Amino acid sequence: MKKILRLNQLTTKLSRRAMLGGAATAAVAIVQTAQGKSVQGSISVAELLPDDPTKRVGTLAGEVGTRSSFEKLVKKPSEISSRSPLQDFYGIITPSDLHFERHHAGVPVIDPAKHELLIHGLVDKPLVFTIADLKRFPSVSRIAFLECSGNFRTGKETMSPQDICGLTSQSEWTGVKLATLFREVGVKPSASWFLAEGGDAAVMTRSIPVKKGWDDAIIAYAQNGEALRPEQGYPVRLFLPGWEGNTNVKWLRRIELGDAPWHTREETSKYTENVKGGKIRQFSFDMDARSIITFPAYPKTVEKGWIEIRGIAWSGRGKVARVEVSTDAGKSWQLATLQDPILDKAHTGFRYLWHWNGADTEIMSRVTDETGYIQPTFTQLIEARGSDGGYHFNPITAWQIKSDGRVLNRPER
Amino acid sequence: MESLNSTLLWLSAIVTFWVNFLPDSEGQGWLYDKTPVVVRDTFPATFGIGRAATPVEIARLDIDVRPDGKGLPPGEGKPTVGKLIFAQKCAACHGVGGVGGPNESLVTTASEGTKKRPEKTVGNYWPYATTVFDYIRRAMPFSEPGSLTNEEVYNLTAYLLTANGIIDEKAVINAQTLFVPDDWKGGPEIK
Repeated sequence: MKKILRLNQLTTKLSRRAMLGGAATAAVAIVQTAQGKSVQGSISVAELLPDDPTKRVGTLAGEVGTRSSFEKLVKKPSEISSRSPLQDFYGIITPSDLHFERHHAGVPVIDPAKHELLIHGLVDKPLVFTIADLKRFPSVSRIAFLECSGNFRTGKETMSPQDICGLTSQSEWTGVKLATLFREVGVKPSASWFLAEGGDAAVMTRSIPVKKGWDDAIIAYAQNGEALRPEQGYPVRLFLPGWEGNTNVKWLRRIELGDAPWHTREETSKYTENVKGGKIRQFSFDMDARSIITFPAYPKTVEKGWIEIRGIAWSGRGKVARVEVSTDAGKSWQLATLQDPILDKAHTGFRYLWHWNGADTEIMSRVTDETGYIQPTFTQLIEARGSDGGYHFNPITAWQIKSDGRVLNRPER
Repeated sequence: MESLNSTLLWLSAIVTFWVNFLPDSEGQGWLYDKTPVVVRDTFPATFGIGRAATPVEIARLDIDVRPDGKGLPPGEGKPTVGKLIFAQKCAACHGVGGVGGPNESLVTTASEGTKKRPEKTVGNYWPYATTVFDYIRRAMPFSEPGSLTNEEVYNLTAYLLTANGIIDEKAVINAQTLFVPDDWKGGPEIK
């Protein structure tokens, strides 16, 4: 019998390998052989899964914890993004490895010892900061969501919350206030916009009003207590609470202060949306309030009786004021219970206890934020925009509950 | 004796508890030190962190171009030259002549305008020619980002503007006619 000294890595190919009939590898670990020699070896599911866990000493303490091999949480990648499995979460903090990804030329590999942030333009003293420099400044942390403004998909019944709006995630972000750096470089009163530029292959740029920089922008180097994930901009990113994901420029290498926006590709040909009158809205930074029921939701099924409806709600303009749930296809609405903490510009949990009688129905949620804005229906959004999709689409999402217990998305078109 | 000691310890712990945590007279919670904590966050005028950026290193990174032309390098471009570069370096992704490629068309054809959802291209959606220059220079071609010379970028920009029928200053689609800034500050209205 091998003695497991340290579990190193769980493979994600467990089920496929198991199906192939070979000895399924559940983990790679440091194991002790019968001769007492420590070697790296694979451990099968059978070895990890005793009939009675109380009769077998478990894995010894390791350097890095891992998710249970029974939990299969995965992002869903496309060519340009990867979506968070919202239906698999129980809280408001997104595990860092499951935070959604969106980038425009891949995830760069950046040596933090060589990375620098330049701030120049309409400033008294153009300065260059190393990552170590940034960490010497007074720091700040806040929990806030980050959502891609192109975060709405519909069209099929077999869509999960991840498929519909998985481009939203939440973390505790830590860094230095941009205002602190603005003071250090001496931003001139004539500066009204700044350009944020990434150090990835897209060298992505966005123009941001200077006011946001003074208000609450963070130059973030940490996420959920550790350094940023590479997909989230390691070693440093711009974080703008409540603003569309694209403005939160990752792998930040340069900030230029100016007196007008630059009208970059991302803020003209992309990240703009139709509004009434044949015009196109630009610089729509705030993320509109939104909610979604994450349980019950496709692909889960339900049983007759008591069901705790659960979900998340958020607004880029402040706190969630209330969430209402309908269990009769929108005919009537009941107040859901909000789960503390209810934070400014943050995913907020809600719950509503429902007794399902087993008949076909539709359930849905709608949020009201502290500005009085009520999450609209798809039809209301089309009316307001003159188009049936695009950026900043945040409609009420309905789930069909079938009498056989299936839960299906109600496609909007 | 040991048992007595133990009992005394417990009693002492309980007494300590009650002394420290008596309900306050207003009945609003437990007594605790209510002396306000004075926050003395002394923010200096400068932390003296970071080093001065030299004009040379700023110039090396400062590649952005604004609609007023600020940031454009010296040079010029010819559509005929740009057409050749486009065929060689861009058409694989953006289609022959900038139409119908796997990674977005860049040129609007007459038939596109009649569609319910015409594809957004440089010709029908990009408000500023400077953005075309800026973006090509910083990020294209996708497989070799940042590899083009300024002259190549000028030539490609000239070609795309010509191919889209945007000639000279006479037919420019600009921010004043197409784009409106978002000025919504929240509230019940759906916008």
